[in-house]
Amino acid sequence: MTPFKQHTGITAPLVRDNINTDTIIPSREMRSVSRSGLSEGLFAPWRYHDPNARTLNSAFVLNEAAFSGASILLTGANFGCGSSREHAVWALLESGFRVIIATSFATIFRNNALRNGLLTIELHPDRIEQLAEWVSSDPQAHTLGVDLEACTIRHDLQRDAETFSVDPSARDMLLQGLDEIGLTEQSLDDIAAFEKRDQARRPWVYLGTD
Amino acid sequence: MTATLFDKLWQEHEVMTLSERQSLLYVDRIFLHERTGSAALNGLLEHNRAVRRREHAFCTMDHIVDTLPGRGDDTLMPSGRDFIVATRGAAQETGIQLFDIPDPDQGIVHVISPELGIALPGLSLICPDSHTCTLGGLGALAWGVGSTEAEHALATSTLRVTRPKTMRVTFEGALPNSATAKDLILYTIRELSGAGGAGCAIEFAGPAIQALAVEARLTLCNMATELSAFTGLIAPDQKVFDYCNGRPYAPRGDVWDQANAHWHGLHSDEGARFDREHVLDIRALKPQLSWGTSPQHAIDWDGVVPHVIDAPDDATAVAWQRAQDYMGVSGGSQLSDYSVDAAFIGSCTNSRLSDLRLAAEYLARTGHRVANNVKALCVPGSGQVKRAAEAEGLDEIFRSAGFEWREPGCSMCFFAGGESFGDGVRVASTTNRNFEGRQGLGVRTHIASPLTVVASACAGHLVADISA
Ligand code: SF4
Repeated sequence: MTPFKQHTGITAPLVRDNINTDTIIPSREMRSVSRSGLSEGLFAPWRYHDPNARTLNSAFVLNEAAFSGASILLTGANFGCGSSREHAVWALLESGFRVIIATSFATIFRNNALRNGLLTIELHPDRIEQLAEWVSSDPQAHTLGVDLEACTIRHDLQRDAETFSVDPSARDMLLQGLDEIGLTEQSLDDIAAFEKRDQARRPWVYLGTD
Repeated sequence: MTATLFDKLWQEHEVMTLSERQSLLYVDRIFLHERTGSAALNGLLEHNRAVRRREHAFCTMDHIVDTLPGRGDDTLMPSGRDFIVATRGAAQETGIQLFDIPDPDQGIVHVISPELGIALPGLSLICPDSHTCTLGGLGALAWGVGSTEAEHALATSTLRVTRPKTMRVTFEGALPNSATAKDLILYTIRELSGAGGAGCAIEFAGPAIQALAVEARLTLCNMATELSAFTGLIAPDQKVFDYCNGRPYAPRGDVWDQANAHWHGLHSDEGARFDREHVLDIRALKPQLSWGTSPQHAIDWDGVVPHVIDAPDDATAVAWQRAQDYMGVSGGSQLSDYSVDAAFIGSCTNSRLSDLRLAAEYLARTGHRVANNVKALCVPGSGQVKRAAEAEGLDEIFRSAGFEWREPGCSMCFFAGGESFGDGVRVASTTNRNFEGRQGLGVRTHIASPLTVVASACAGHLVADISA
């Protein structure tokens, strides 16, 4: 996983609640077994008037020239709800997004994001509204600077950087770009010891061993 | 120390604590399907890792495979075949059990895992699919994950999990005869909101839950994810133990007795503390129907679609307006004003034998047929369900009433780019999600129980059957 330390970028506001993963990447856009080739399908129901013909909806924020190159997304509550498809995270990353700032996230989405180096930050809805207004007033100049080490968001709207909180273990993982599987593999002896104890207690769990 | 059911399950699976809130949990069963499981298996193979315990991992073909009779590897989804072939190849290479298309036990992952005894009370089970919480209906600790997490579980038999909060939803009163488990969960989501269970493991409790049949409990827990919950749970009881007894992967003999004794302890202790508690009075519960594009947009079947101006805040007003525009419904109208073009009985929510019986019984009792111009489909959840239904003659009842009778799978519960109902088509559906485009571009989905769907299909407009 690519580590995440700092990132400064153009920020696109898409402040709606309950944006689900079917909208972020519709199932029909997941055309191949691989994790790539997804960016064209990102937000397809909103981005295109006709997703089949790929006719662009110029009113959709990510189609506006002013937001081209956006790498931070500002959004509402319960972002990423619905289907567990990790393709939602892969599609965002492939489209250049590194940070999603929302009022709240659906748990599976947040976990998927973390495991792929996409930073999720929760802020109060009022702050998101203010930031959305500010970035919209001059998108290419009004960038946000996110620093995960300091847990701050820097912008010219105020002198002091804004702070955010993030789960410490998630922060470590992102900062170091840790591979979780590799990390857990260091505990394989503990896992085997657990199984030994557990098998005495719950033999029915262990198929093919009787 | 008193403990909740969730506390007990957590503790039982805890290999070690990683931090104050995170633990390494043992994963007893892993289930995959060709939509997202292929990505997990491919990731594993790319990283040169093996499945640590092959005998604990299973895979099915349900999401992309067609449900038309005579189906094979080719599907109506243009690249569908690639997923099927890749999944089969990866399952063979990693040596895990695959319920392939012609397998008599093939079916929707959350339908076949309890049916085969792969999901059992107290077992931890993960699947890269958000409706894995269905199995909480057996008292299993089951939750949906992403493909990378599934890969982690395949490689290590564990997951690093942040402990959710606990929440109990207690239902007061008995479920009225005309209402089903589907109505109960739609009502719960409507009351608590689509994010009402965010970050929580929810235990459903109360006399109405104890009275529910096992399959109805699966329906209820299926939609815990529509509350954004980590999972839903129901304490297992004798009904569940009887349900599990004799299933192919369930224990037998002495080990069965041992398991049974153990499972009797799987309930929340008297006085156990939950982080959050809700009590819902369901004595007057009516059949529910959704009017909008979120499961929380549910109302009593004879209720009124809300006016946008009555929305509690601006964000809700915007969401309601969008939903009403998409659905082609207006505030102040009743859902019975809207004719339906299609009806769908199926999905991991409502495709089990009891669901099919409920709908078929309505057809037999009323003698009604599907209204003209309504396309109606019944898709059994598994090969087992299909054969059992056919043995009872349900397929004949459905067919002669004007329903198509399909092969098992997810079918048009969601749109993978293959078969769909069509732009603007209004569907009464037993599925769990009514998101924009969920069943295909422009499709307008009204979610409801099998009884409401069959009644609507026959009436030609949205309506519930309250004769019971
Ligand atoms: S039936 Fe629908 S909700 Fe259930 S697993 Fe299949 S696609 Fe998902």
